[in-house]
Amino acid sequence: MKRRACSVGVALLFAALTAAGQAAVAAAPLKATLVSRQPDPRLERARLERQFLGHPGGPASEGVEVALDEGQFELQAADAAVALTKQSADSLEAARAAAQAAEKAGAAVLLTDLPAEWTLAVVDAVKLPVINIGDASDRLREQDCRARLLHTMPSERMRADALAQTLVSRKWMKVLLLVGPGAQDQSRAVTVQASLKRYGLQVVATRPFKLSADPRERDLANPLLLTAGSAYDAVWVVDSDGEFARALPYRTVLPRPVVGDAGLVALAWHAQFERYGAPQVSRRFAKATGRPMTASDWSAWLAGKALVAAAVAAPKGPAATWAQALAKTPLDGSKGVSLTFRPWDGQLRQPVLLSDGQGVVSQAPVEGVLHPSNALDTLGADAGEQKCKTTR
Amino acid sequence: MIDVRKVARAVAGAALPLLGLGLGTAASAQGTAYVSSEKDPAITLIDLATLSVKGTIPTCNRGRHIQVTTDRLIMLACSESNAADVIDPATGKSLRRIPLGDEPEAFDLSPDGKTIYVSNEDEGAVSFIDAASGKRLKSIKVGKEPEGVKVSADGKTLYVTSEAASLVHVIDIDSGTVVKNVKVGKRPRRMALTPDGKELWVTNELDASVSIIAIATHTVVGSLKLEVKGARSEDITPVGIQISRDGSRAFVALGRANHVAFIDVAQRKVTHLVLVGKRAWNVTLDKAEARLYVVNGLSDDVTVVDVAAARPIKSVPVGRVPYGLVVVE
Repeated sequence: MKRRACSVGVALLFAALTAAGQAAVAAAPLKATLVSRQPDPRLERARLERQFLGHPGGPASEGVEVALDEGQFELQAADAAVALTKQSADSLEAARAAAQAAEKAGAAVLLTDLPAEWTLAVVDAVKLPVINIGDASDRLREQDCRARLLHTMPSERMRADALAQTLVSRKWMKVLLLVGPGAQDQSRAVTVQASLKRYGLQVVATRPFKLSADPRERDLANPLLLTAGSAYDAVWVVDSDGEFARALPYRTVLPRPVVGDAGLVALAWHAQFERYGAPQVSRRFAKATGRPMTASDWSAWLAGKALVAAAVAAPKGPAATWAQALAKTPLDGSKGVSLTFRPWDGQLRQPVLLSDGQGVVSQAPVEGVLHPSNALDTLGADAGEQKCKTTR
Repeated sequence: MIDVRKVARAVAGAALPLLGLGLGTAASAQGTAYVSSEKDPAITLIDLATLSVKGTIPTCNRGRHIQVTTDRLIMLACSESNAADVIDPATGKSLRRIPLGDEPEAFDLSPDGKTIYVSNEDEGAVSFIDAASGKRLKSIKVGKEPEGVKVSADGKTLYVTSEAASLVHVIDIDSGTVVKNVKVGKRPRRMALTPDGKELWVTNELDASVSIIAIATHTVVGSLKLEVKGARSEDITPVGIQISRDGSRAFVALGRANHVAFIDVAQRKVTHLVLVGKRAWNVTLDKAEARLYVVNGLSDDVTVVDVAAARPIKSVPVGRVPYGLVVVE
């Protein structure tokens, strides 16, 4: 199969070939292909250097590779193997073509670190299970969900629910909502509103903000003006870009905490998480890559763990068995509980960490939040909401 | 079913008959419990007669597994100091430090006490250390995040759990090779051998279960699901385990379920559940097996359990994030 000129393929085989004393010939490896965007605006140097919370810290491939490397022993023991190929794409069409090429080349699973639209194009172009590791948008879990699409990164809704629960647990019930100008900000603000409603919080005002030094626009740009004139317990800022939010804490009129995209942020992971063996995971990642493990890296790492788990569950495959095992095998994400994919939308249920960037302040679901079957399902769209109409 | 709240109230109110019952067995329990702490560079000493803290001993950083050596010294692995501290219980002083490699967590000693087998979490390795010289004799690569380490009674076989790989590695000590990997439940933590040497019991933290491995075949021959009424399976995270000397009972700390389970080993059945502190982590019996000391990682205390009555007697506050405990009588 010819590869498109724009894509680079690197094959890495994590297999049981060199086990001491065991000249085991591994079964046919579970082939997986990671399709990433390149060039990726999120990974431009200036952006990476700022280390905005919730933004990626480097390529997704690194997390996947760390997981596969860690999984070697387990794979060996089961006489199983996983082979990862990396493809890059600079457009939706290229992503689709890379996915089709991977399917023809025998891939059993695809991983995507792509914009939502591109991931949808990939899923619709193949018959393989696809793990979305890099996009948190709710549409992929709700109206645009797909039967073969799984998600390791917590959705925007999960993150907003985690933060809303935290505010409720502190009895900080009145929220001033500041929303950025981007389309992504608008849709995320809708999600935040839904979470605030779900947990009975009160929005005292919603105000748009804009990054600007123009004195004629100071109502939109000046933190003091933006946060004056209302009584609130917390300021929730929705800023997908990150620059405005970073400068907001300690610049509000009232001495109130900032939450959302700065201040206290809901994340899948933070390198300072201290519980459940998390420091070992973060340390292994830092050793392998030379940088701290971000939430995006955790999500990629967990996708790698899912590949290992599927290969171990069915060392010989076939692809259909792997696809089943992928969706059903509980995973250990070093967050203290076994993690599973929700059958109704393919989202990995998981605890969410609340961080101020220095460390992990608390976790959600918060203590005392109840659910009839699994407290983790208080984060994100629950089964009864039926937001995803696809049958699995 | 025992109403634990009632017991707690009774204890808080210093109900004399109950305390009398508890302290009756204590008359023979003269000695000290040594508790390691992950966040304090000190060992806390609990007086077994009064069940109160009588002092601390400064030690290395991030103390984890703690064990009594063959020559009756206290050995403590410190993950951040990359060393073991050896303490003389007679003087309460540190005798020496033994380097254990990167991030040592748990260890066991050869029957002659000359070799330390230690799990190095970060390296994903188990190291053989000469206890006298501190020299690393061997290092064997195992699955990531190795934790529990157990030596067979004949000193020939080493069992190591890998948390990340959900395996128990069976290592031939002579040749220093992994001879078998036994798949157990998710996140295996600690192990106990039955005194007859026929079974190895392994706690699975993320599977709310104990896997039972037959030593003869090194295969899993049974599994015991742990359940606590009112708790969901994901909140039952077993870690510490000890089996009584006669092999009839096992005691398992259930982590976040805040209970310790008493298990009938032959029947493979839970007989009692005792409410203890938060995130019950490790368990230790005293010599008479009259009391069980349960180390609670998230409530910074040790719950003392009366084994016969299957009731908590007292909670003793210790250092921050306590990990393990040994009893010297």
